[in-house]
Amino acid sequence: MQLYSDFKMKDDISRLASIISAEVEKPVNIMEICGGHTYSIMKYGLNILLKDKINFLHGPGCPVCVMPVKRIDEAIAIADSPGVILAAYGDMMRVPGTDSSLIKERAKGNDIRMIYSPLDVIKIAEDKNNKDKKIVFFAIGFETTTPMTAALLEEVIAKRINNVFIYANHVLVPPPVNAILDSGDNLIDGFICPGHVSVITGSDIYFDIPHKYHKAAVIAGFEPYDILSGTLLMVRQINEGRPAVEIAYKRAVKEDGNKKAQDLVNKYFTVRDEFEWRGFGNIPKSGLRLRDEFKSFDAEILFKDKLKELRLKSGAGQTGKENALCKCGEILKGKSKPDGCPLFGKVCNPENPVGACMVSFEGACAAYYKYRDF
Amino acid sequence: MLSHGGGGKETSELIGSIIFNGLYRQNGGSGDKYGPGCRNRHKGSCRTANISWQKIKLLEDAAVLKSPQSIAFTTDCFTVKPIFFKGGDIGKLSVAGTVNDLSVMGARPLFLSLGFIIEEGFALADLKKIIKGISEESAKTGVMVVTGDTKVVPAGKADGIFISTSGIGEILYGGLSVYNIATGDIIIVSGNVGDHGAAIMSRREGIEMDVEIESDCASLWDMIDCVLKSGIRVSAIRDATRGGLAAVLNEWATAAVADICIEEDKIPVNDAVKGFCELLGFEPYQLACEGRAVFAVKPEFAGKALSVLKSHPLGKNAGIIGTVGGGNSLVTETPQATRQAGHEGGGITSGYTGKVILKGIYGISRLLDYPSGELLPRIC
Repeated sequence: MQLYSDFKMKDDISRLASIISAEVEKPVNIMEICGGHTYSIMKYGLNILLKDKINFLHGPGCPVCVMPVKRIDEAIAIADSPGVILAAYGDMMRVPGTDSSLIKERAKGNDIRMIYSPLDVIKIAEDKNNKDKKIVFFAIGFETTTPMTAALLEEVIAKRINNVFIYANHVLVPPPVNAILDSGDNLIDGFICPGHVSVITGSDIYFDIPHKYHKAAVIAGFEPYDILSGTLLMVRQINEGRPAVEIAYKRAVKEDGNKKAQDLVNKYFTVRDEFEWRGFGNIPKSGLRLRDEFKSFDAEILFKDKLKELRLKSGAGQTGKENALCKCGEILKGKSKPDGCPLFGKVCNPENPVGACMVSFEGACAAYYKYRDF
Repeated sequence: MLSHGGGGKETSELIGSIIFNGLYRQNGGSGDKYGPGCRNRHKGSCRTANISWQKIKLLEDAAVLKSPQSIAFTTDCFTVKPIFFKGGDIGKLSVAGTVNDLSVMGARPLFLSLGFIIEEGFALADLKKIIKGISEESAKTGVMVVTGDTKVVPAGKADGIFISTSGIGEILYGGLSVYNIATGDIIIVSGNVGDHGAAIMSRREGIEMDVEIESDCASLWDMIDCVLKSGIRVSAIRDATRGGLAAVLNEWATAAVADICIEEDKIPVNDAVKGFCELLGFEPYQLACEGRAVFAVKPEFAGKALSVLKSHPLGKNAGIIGTVGGGNSLVTETPQATRQAGHEGGGITSGYTGKVILKGIYGISRLLDYPSGELLPRIC
């Protein structure tokens, strides 16, 4: 079984696309929450395949994209502190802050390391040259990646490493979805819910979508076949007027998720009162921080004076502002598409990204740029 | 040691015992008159050049060569990390890269220069392995290293070893040029794309695959010679190195002022590379190759070109992947696949000629641009 080919078969895709096209009664607006879905939809041209039937709107599910400028500025300030090694995922390196980015800071000589897995932080900490350094992990991501940060912390504690700190920026999927639905001015008929997040959380976290907001919700995988079969279930929910949470990705997602990963996250993290999202502003109960008993590992506490100074500046509007013309915020709420942004492809491109959505390969703008019209 | 680059006795020892012997003795044996490649099937190249390895050993300030009428001259630098990878090493790469740059111009590679920048503390055993790679790869084409230089820099001022090679070749088949590419030309790629880029990145980033990906690093002269000597009308040839197939096709489309249409499912890609790309969000046609050539040939010769390529060991996976100026026919084949007209204001104007259009597996066509914004440091 070849995962990268069996769920892409041309005949299956054509058949599914024609079933969907036949069953759609009136054009449907579907928001895919996760950037991984956006990427696949653009890569395989599913939006074109279902043109006039399904309007795919791209949601707030790319972890790099939803980080506000303020948090980038803070990571830069931490990296600029004496004796710090900042470890970050590659995608974060080029996201523009107010005046700089991590990649520019690295070029200036600050020690910023690109990592692929949080456990790489252990290797940095165990290097004898780094004994006197403070190693700060710029932790980002949704429910999928938080367990990996928790696993890092577990390992740090087990190995009695005392110079690793977490700058926690982990966020949750449901709060921004609810924020979009609460705002009222949207045309969304249903949501394709993220497959990998649901592997961890299970399907209950989407309960409000059908039961409070009466919208369809289908959890789908990331291959073209997965996305189209999820879309078909959604079209049927909409046609029949019976919103529910359905799983079109049963080979990976169980209703109650991965209990072990959930416990690991709950052991180390707790929900913040509020967290700022790009384009949304503060959303209550939408982000995670380390529990008080682990505050000795919390970079926000270690660098509190430095961050306080920055937060005063951003509070006064001196820093942390997004480019006024950049539509990342609107795109993340499904109110605009990348090619509706005046900067797209002109000023803003992958070499010179203005907004975060052009940086990560899961960002809607990056996907539109890479797989654009001719 | 730094003193190995100082120009004194240690330098002389390094060049004499490690580099020179590695290049000219381990392959050729002490009595071989013509140096490394000349024991191979291309003896003629060295005789044309009328130079013997004993003469090079004199370590003159410059090699004195007898040049043919029309020559091709090229240069390249190699900084790849890791230095050793599956399918090759920086030494093999430094020969193949320059040999291929000459070959795609229709020039039989004759002479190479070889420059080393070595970081103090670099293991001698590794240097010997690299020299062996250079020696073996030179022998395959019959190209001869006739001049070189070695510098040693303090620890921390270079990353192990950097190599620079320049090459001179004798033009046997003139007139190959990107500016010859015209509407109707058929695009052929000589084998699976993206192997080198995926091999290097997976090694460097410690991404373990079930099957380790092997670089395609290889010298292409023999294969290209086979195609050209069979009388096939070829407009242009390129080796798809940095930027991969996508970069070559875009440069060609720009030069030809014509759209090039490629069919995605015709592009040969190794399964492990497909898997690697899925994992990291890359496209195989954006990854570097170091042993693949892209040909633009006149349509009536496409079949013959393909069969000549397929009969060569380096071209067995060759495939016809598209056409110059084939855009309209591809799009009308699948009307539902035509992109939505216009944008919601703003966006990129793409109504120019000279685009590369990729027709995907579901019949949907889209723009294939130059790779951009990827973090791809030091693959060659």
